[in-house]
This record gives sequence, structure tokens and C-alpha cells, in this order.
Amino acid sequence: MITHVTSVLAQDSLIDFNFELLIDRFWANTIDGLSYGSIYALVAIGYTLVYGVLKLINFAHSEIFVIGIFAAYFTFFALGYAPGETADLGLFALIGSLLLAGVVAMAASGGSAVLLERVAYRPLRKRGAPRLVFLITAIGASFAIQQLFLIFLGGNAQPSIRLLRPTEAFEIFGARVTNIQIMTVVAAVVLMFVADTFVNRTRLGRGIRAVSQDPDTATLMGVNRERVFMLTFLLGGVLAGAAALFYLMTIPAAAIFNGGFLLGIKAFTAAVLGGIGNLRGALVGGLLLGVVENYGQSFFGGEWRDVIAFVLLIVVLMFRPTGILGESLAKARA
Amino acid sequence: MSRNRKVLAVAAALAGAMVLSACAGGGDAGGSSAGGTTSAPRAEPTQAPFTPPADAELPAGDGQGQCSGDPSIAYVGTIAGANAGLGIAIKQAIELAIEEHNEANAGCQVTYKEFDTAGSPQTALAPTVAAINDPSILGVVGLPFSGESEAVGPALTEAGLVGLTPSATRPDLSQKGWTHFFRGLGNDSVQGPAAAKFITETLGAQNVCVIRDDSAYGQGLATEVTKALGEGASCEEEIKTGQTEFSAAIGTIESASPDAIFFSGYYAEGAPFAQQLRDAGIEAPLVVPDGVKDPIFVQNAGEASEGVYMTCPCLPGEVFPEFLEAYKARWNVDPQTYSAEAYDATTILLRGLDQGISDRAGLLEHVRNYQGQGLTKQFAWNAQGELNETPVWSYVVKDGQIQRLSPID
Repeated sequence: MITHVTSVLAQDSLIDFNFELLIDRFWANTIDGLSYGSIYALVAIGYTLVYGVLKLINFAHSEIFVIGIFAAYFTFFALGYAPGETADLGLFALIGSLLLAGVVAMAASGGSAVLLERVAYRPLRKRGAPRLVFLITAIGASFAIQQLFLIFLGGNAQPSIRLLRPTEAFEIFGARVTNIQIMTVVAAVVLMFVADTFVNRTRLGRGIRAVSQDPDTATLMGVNRERVFMLTFLLGGVLAGAAALFYLMTIPAAAIFNGGFLLGIKAFTAAVLGGIGNLRGALVGGLLLGVVENYGQSFFGGEWRDVIAFVLLIVVLMFRPTGILGESLAKARA
Repeated sequence: MSRNRKVLAVAAALAGAMVLSACAGGGDAGGSSAGGTTSAPRAEPTQAPFTPPADAELPAGDGQGQCSGDPSIAYVGTIAGANAGLGIAIKQAIELAIEEHNEANAGCQVTYKEFDTAGSPQTALAPTVAAINDPSILGVVGLPFSGESEAVGPALTEAGLVGLTPSATRPDLSQKGWTHFFRGLGNDSVQGPAAAKFITETLGAQNVCVIRDDSAYGQGLATEVTKALGEGASCEEEIKTGQTEFSAAIGTIESASPDAIFFSGYYAEGAPFAQQLRDAGIEAPLVVPDGVKDPIFVQNAGEASEGVYMTCPCLPGEVFPEFLEAYKARWNVDPQTYSAEAYDATTILLRGLDQGISDRAGLLEHVRNYQGQGLTKQFAWNAQGELNETPVWSYVVKDGQIQRLSPID
């Protein structure tokens, strides 16, 4: 049989190009990739916003995301849902529980992002520390938060709690689209739209753009710089919290201390791919990365999954050094 | 100019997408007809009755043991470090064995000593050297993990201190020319063929997907299983340590529509993998190795863990009623994954001391020539320190519990 031929080939040659699988799985991979990519995108906004305003790569953002996961998880727990069988809920109970978990996760992530800024970055800024120090602090904060989770919650994932089983909602070209995927993509697009409108259309958003363009002039013009920084962290944190809820719904066993590491790196990659500092770039980068990873896995095999993702990044940066949509938050095309 | 280029790029991308979608339409039609065939009804493996060996050598022995001097047996392995659960299950079995022995043999009182390696190759050497420098220690049960075993192997061989591991399964440990090394269970090159046999014979699967992670353990075991399956290994896929989203890998499986799936890795990835596999509507039996055989897997995979088959070169402690009872009475917990193996290993060392062996060389020689029935298996080692008889057991998750099925032979 044909599938067997490919497996023999894989042992003989270094790379096995599986055209048949790529084509066969094209739509399924696209849909799964878009859905998972929108989680990348939501997390990527946090990296992009902070970079746009502070020129800081906030590596602790992945832990802000993990805080959101645990917040959502323990909300489920507090609501009385138990691991094991998927809870059989009415529509309103389900929506209510998810909304509550989402709000708690967003508050927890947003709050801890602001706290992180206060505790870790503001003292450095006051003392005029060089940019490298911020970077090391970010990495340090990331490890510190991660290890705290390890100490208090242990090294194993929390028993998975499921409120909703993914069931097929409809098909596109024979590919399954599940209820959770629809929710994830719709929520991501709506939140993206809200964030984009906030930054581009509101007074506070104008402050963010002003500080990102020229902090000193913006301060002279009466923009409260510290408040803008706080707002930036808050916005990034809240979106990471929302992403955390959808991530936990997609992968119920995700509540683990180091669960943000890989996803954080991928989200950061997505931000750079789309153009770091650019909100819409984060969306484009996240979706593209999610899709390309899947194509890569089907075409070349799983061992090449990450290679494909990062080769894509390098190729894009070779031709567009500032990412697909360009770098600047301030100059981003409205 | 740049805008033109952008338009061009978008157009090109669109064109590409259209081409691919056209192909996909054609491919789909063929795919769905192939996928429509249902797999043949499969056998349900059942729990085989198991009678523990009546002539098994137990720590107490005949009660006539006479040792010379004041010998000690040491546990060298993790107690408080990473994956300590595994180490503690071993340590408790050793302590229990020595206590039972001392109670029965007034003429031979053996001292138990322990050295915490924290489970990692980087930290294992210092505690091992401490054990070597204690002249009363004539034999070691350990080390539990393959990585640390490799790190301290040369030191133990140089000291001539016998090391009987109840759980380190990496095959190449016995190929390093060490003279102290004895393995109390089958290694991964035994588990691979056994798992393949379980899949093809017990489950009756013809087409098997072998999914491996990128760890040394997962890769090695997957190679063994694939080799043993031969033609039956009709598809393969790799996932990454730390990966949690497996839609593309599961897509590969879906396209191959196999009769069974073997996942070669650990429970951290195994649990979400199992969950997403079932969510995707793939009902083919899933078989996992000892790296997944843990209650955590059942908790994290939830409903998806139901009916998952497991293979392990370890025996369930519960099949030995007396051992189970004594262990529970002493420690208030059931014996865990490698407890019975550690109990047997300690018994073998104790038998040597009972004969009045008073030096390390003597005990090493005793283990090398040892032949006897233990609880878990018949013990007799070849020149490399591998057992001649190495049972692998199958297990199944049923009602949220890992239950034993039968030995795979």
C-alpha cells in the first residue's frame, strides 16, 4: 500500500516529501492551523505591544499566559467541575461558566502583567538601566514565575477538566470544524478587532501610539508615560488571559508549570513574523505560523515541524527584515 | 513599488491556494472512499489468571542465615529529586525486604543504608562515591534511572561493588564492559518486540501507526517496535517533547486509518495525544509503553484513557498477595511500578550474605552465578548482566484504573 512506501522511504532518505498527505490534509490542516494560530496571535499581541512601546522583549509574557491557564482551571474547579467525565451542561450554564473563567483568567493575567511591570521593570526604568538589563530581567522573571508554579503545584499537569467536548459543527471541503475551533477563532478575531480599535481609535490608544513613536515628546505633550506603560502591559495580559481559556479548552491537560514555554516562543515568533510592534502583524503572523506548522508536519513529517516554522521566519526576514506587515506600532497602517 | 509587490505577492498566494484546493478536491474524493472501510472487529484481550510462583525465593529465606561481620545493603537512587515517586517505590521495597530478612534470621542482621542521587546524572556521582567509601556496604540495589546508571557505572565497576538495578531499561547499559552491572528486568529491546507482538497477535492489528516523541527513550523504543512490526508498521510520525497540539500528527494517522496505534513516549505528551486522537473520532486501539504507565496519564487523558493498552517489563505488585499485604502494612500504600523488582533484587543480595559472604568480590561472584526463582521471574544472568528470562506484561485502563492483563510471551 502507498502509505507503507512512504514509511520505507523515510528510513532510506533524510527527508520524505509526502505530497499526497499534504494535499489530502490540506483543508484539515488549514482549519486546525488557523484555530491554533489564533491562540498564537492573541499571545503574540502581548509581545508586540510591549515591544512597540518599550522596545522590550517581555519573555515573562509566556508565564503571564500560564497564570491565565491556571486561573481558568481553578475557576472551573471552584465552580464544582471535576476531572474525569466531560460535564453535561445546559447552554446557559456552559456559556456562564466559560465567561466567568474567561473573565477571571483575563483579570489574573492582566493583573499579574501590570504587577510584573511594577515589580520588575519600573525600578529598572527609574534607574535608567540599559536595555540588556531589561531583557535579562524578563528572562529571570519568566524562570522565577515558572519555578514558583513548580514548587507549589508540582511537576505534573493538573487532572484535566472538560466542560465541552469538541464536536463537529460543520465541514469545509471534507474537513471537520469543531465547536471549540469556531469559538476560538471568532473570539480571537473579535478581541483583535477590539484591541486594534482601542489602539487606533481611542484617546488612550492615541497615548500608546504617541509614546511608542517618541516617548519624550509624548510626555511633553501631556501624555502620562507611566500610565501608558501600565496600560500596555494590562492590554497584553488581558488578551493572553483570553488566549489561555481557549488554549485550556483545546488542550485540557495544559495546566502545567512549563506549559507556556513552547507556546511563548511560538507566539514571539509569530509576532516577529508579522512585524513586531504591529498589532495586525501579530494576527497575520500567528495564523500563518499555525497553518505552516501543520503543512510542514504533513509534508515533511513531524520531526521537521519546528524547522519549517523557523525556516519560514528566516526567509520572511531575509526579504522583509521588519516582518510581513512592518515593524512600527505608531506607523502601522490604520 | 512596494505596494505593487505586495499585490503581486497576494495574487501569487491566492493562485497557489486555488491550485492546492483544486488538488485537494480530487484527493478528497479518493480519500473518503478509502476511509469508509471499517476495520475488522478486534479481539478484546482479557485478564489472564496468574499464579505467583510457589517456589519463589523470599527475603526471609530458611531462617538459618549466618553472616560474617556486620554487612550493609545500600539503596543508591532518587529519594527527594525529580521523579522521586519511582525511587521511593524501590526504596520502600528494599527496606521491607531487609526488615523481613532480619526478623527471620537471628544469625544475620543486615543494615539498610540509603544515598540520595536526586535522580540525575549530574548529581549521582557524589552519593555513589560515599556508598563506595563505606566498607560495610557489600551490595547496592540501584540505580533506578538509565542516565545516572551510566554516569556512575565506571566508579562502581572499579570498586567491585555489585549494582542490581530494578528499573533502568536503556539497552546499551549492559554493553559498556562494566563488571558490576546486573539488570533485574527486561530492557527496551525486549519491550519493543513484546509490544509489537501484543499489537499484532492479541489485538490482531495489520496496519499500525507508530508515533514517537523526540526523547532517547521514545526514539529507541519506536525503532524496536517498528522493526518488530515489519510490514505492519504502515505509518509513522514524530511529535516534540512539550508539544500539546497534535492535529497534524493525528491527520497522518487519520489518512492511514490504522488498526492500532503505538505511542512511544512519556505521559506528559501521551495524555493530550490520546485525548485529541479520540476527539478526532479515531477509535483504533492505542498502545503505550511503561513511560506512559502512570495514574497521571489516566487523570490527564480523562475519558480518552479508557481502553488504552499499556506494556511494561514490570510485574504488577498486586499479583503477589503476601507481598502486597506486607507492603501495605508497612508503608500504607500499594506497591508501585518497580517495587516487586526491587524486592527480588534485595532478596538475591541477602541470600549471598546469609551464606557468610563478607567481601564485595564474593557478593559480586554470588550474583553472577545466581540462579533462582524470584517473585517476578526466574533470575539468571548472562555475561553482560542481562536476564535470560524477561517477561513483559500488558495492562489496560478500565474504569479509570490501570489493570493488569497478562504476560506477553
